[in-house]
Amino acid sequence: MNSSVQEKLKILADAAKYDVSCASSGNNRRNPGSGLGSAVACGICHSFTNDGRCISLLKILMSNHCIYDCAYCVNRRSNDRPRASFTVDELVDLTINFYRRNYIEGLFLSSGVIKNPDFTMERMMLVAKKLRQEQRYYGYIHMKAIPGASPELIHQAGLYADRLSVNIEIPTDPELKRLAPEKNFKSVLTPMNQIHEGILTYKEERAKFRKAPVFTPAGQSTQLIVGATPESDRQILLLSSNLYHEQQLKRVYYSGYLPVNDYDKRLPAIQSPPLVRENRLYQSDWLMRFYEFNAEEILDPAHPFLDLDVDPKLAYAIRNYHLFPIDVNRASYEMILRIPGVGVQSAKMIVDARRFRRLNSYHLKKIGVVMKRAKYFITCNELPSKAYTWEPERLKTQIVSESISKYKKAGDTQLELFPLVLQPKKEEQKAIMVWQH
Amino acid sequence: MEYLTYDGSFEGFLTVVFECYSRKISPIDIGKEKAFQEKIFAQKEFIATSSEKAERVWKGMQNKLHTRNKELPLFAFLSEAPGIEIMLYRFIRRIFNTSFSIETDFGDPDVLELKKLEKKVMREAMRVPQFVRFQKTSDGIFFSGIEPQYDVLPFAIKHFTNRFADQQWLVYDLKRNYGIYYDLKKTHEVVLSEKSFNTTNGKVAENLLQEGEKIYQALWKDYFDHICIDERKNLKLQRQHMPQRFWKFLPEKNYSN
Repeated sequence: MNSSVQEKLKILADAAKYDVSCASSGNNRRNPGSGLGSAVACGICHSFTNDGRCISLLKILMSNHCIYDCAYCVNRRSNDRPRASFTVDELVDLTINFYRRNYIEGLFLSSGVIKNPDFTMERMMLVAKKLRQEQRYYGYIHMKAIPGASPELIHQAGLYADRLSVNIEIPTDPELKRLAPEKNFKSVLTPMNQIHEGILTYKEERAKFRKAPVFTPAGQSTQLIVGATPESDRQILLLSSNLYHEQQLKRVYYSGYLPVNDYDKRLPAIQSPPLVRENRLYQSDWLMRFYEFNAEEILDPAHPFLDLDVDPKLAYAIRNYHLFPIDVNRASYEMILRIPGVGVQSAKMIVDARRFRRLNSYHLKKIGVVMKRAKYFITCNELPSKAYTWEPERLKTQIVSESISKYKKAGDTQLELFPLVLQPKKEEQKAIMVWQH
Repeated sequence: MEYLTYDGSFEGFLTVVFECYSRKISPIDIGKEKAFQEKIFAQKEFIATSSEKAERVWKGMQNKLHTRNKELPLFAFLSEAPGIEIMLYRFIRRIFNTSFSIETDFGDPDVLELKKLEKKVMREAMRVPQFVRFQKTSDGIFFSGIEPQYDVLPFAIKHFTNRFADQQWLVYDLKRNYGIYYDLKKTHEVVLSEKSFNTTNGKVAENLLQEGEKIYQALWKDYFDHICIDERKNLKLQRQHMPQRFWKFLPEKNYSN
């Protein structure tokens, strides 16, 4: 049994790794005292892989057999890859035994579509059901809702899972149809709406009856692939802003496109994933969720793409230089949040601390404000007025030249054979390696 | 010019604070008895620990502190930073002396520093539930050795008792030589005199492991290797989140057959 489980685990972990989501947060479920496991609201990361991403949940596919042929997916039907499927019991056993050893925070179950969506969803749902009912497991479960599965099955899954998610993957409908002929926006949004309504009903019932059955208490999330299709950052941000407001999603994940099927001519030929762009999108996402920005403020129609040289908040401040300088001793919390170099933590500390004394640049530095950026945008007690008459373009060059981007200095693992010229193609790279040996 | 010393425990420190109030002493420094160094002009006095006096100071502070800062003095004390005692002493005097709360006065170097130290210790306390890896022994106990930078094992008790309510477990602090054992009913603090595990990396001797333990470790290691996207390799980020000093306890990082 074990060698086969080991092989399957390798294949199916490999197939699951392109899913970005790994959060185990959003729910606080206590163990009643006789079962196994609990959920912690802030989530716990148990390990970190060599790519620096956390392992919180056992992220695994039930099966990598798939009847679909989506161009961006490594598990598409037409790819010649080793295929495997776990049985329900094997998955339950793995989850419980990893969990007992404190390796993981829970299970994240996804799957390729076997036979049809209903068949797949039912087997996934069975895993969650067995964990909850037979093993008395109270840990975290994140499940993918398979588009096209029947509403009853999705509802049942929601009763056992903490979080459900449906991946949109491609941000616009025509592009999605082009790359994934069997899918369209409607098929993805239908389960998403259903889950959203389920959560709303659950909240209403919960307000009336304390013991109303719990339905996906940690909400739902989704994922967008960035760089596989020509959408602008503005389109992507407007979509996620919409998802946060209308569908009340907990998270939208962005996944820089990895050229997994580089033979497919519908996809752009790139050598490495667009990591900087992905990072800028996440920063914008944070601005929307924690810094009280709205999507229109981050990117207006004149600027459809995010600036890769500076972070979106700094870009906003430079574009709207007339709003600055901001007096940290008087301005509202919302305005302090908009100063480049001030985070949520330091903004809160500033608002708390200024009740006792007027803050000066020394205090700000101690609190943790990045003065390198902030000094152009604030006035405080006795800071010498550092020319607030910068032209926006010059200011940007000035700040960029003063601070070296973290991508430029993260040199310890990134190969920089040809830092200035284009990276050589894969075959050429191999040839170089052989030649070096 | 009083220099006060105590036995090194948090209770001892609180007793010192109590004595300062009751005898109207204003010490120039407070330090551990063991770390005492003779000082010119300073008069040294050792204060014996009394749990009643400590209790009174603790309760007094609890009445004054905001809910989110109830544990701040303890966390900051555990950081064992140089000069922490006198810093805490000044802070405690200030919270008792003012009628309003001064805990968010981050312009004051003491308050800011204590808050930072608290965060540092809390982060370390969080790493215990993160990086503990249980090994199942042949008598059914899940054992794990760990070596946090500060003495933060007790903060993980609540989490582990709730989460692993149906299994016996033992988490052992290898550096401070004590552990917490849960026997399915309640937890006990234990000190093992005879150790059947490696005292540097907490690995249980192989003949004492339950059959199958090695298999799950191997499976976990395989999973760890295969969930990584090689194109995005970033070892610096990995070390930042998972400090290297914990790697010796993690089967995914040092699995051996």
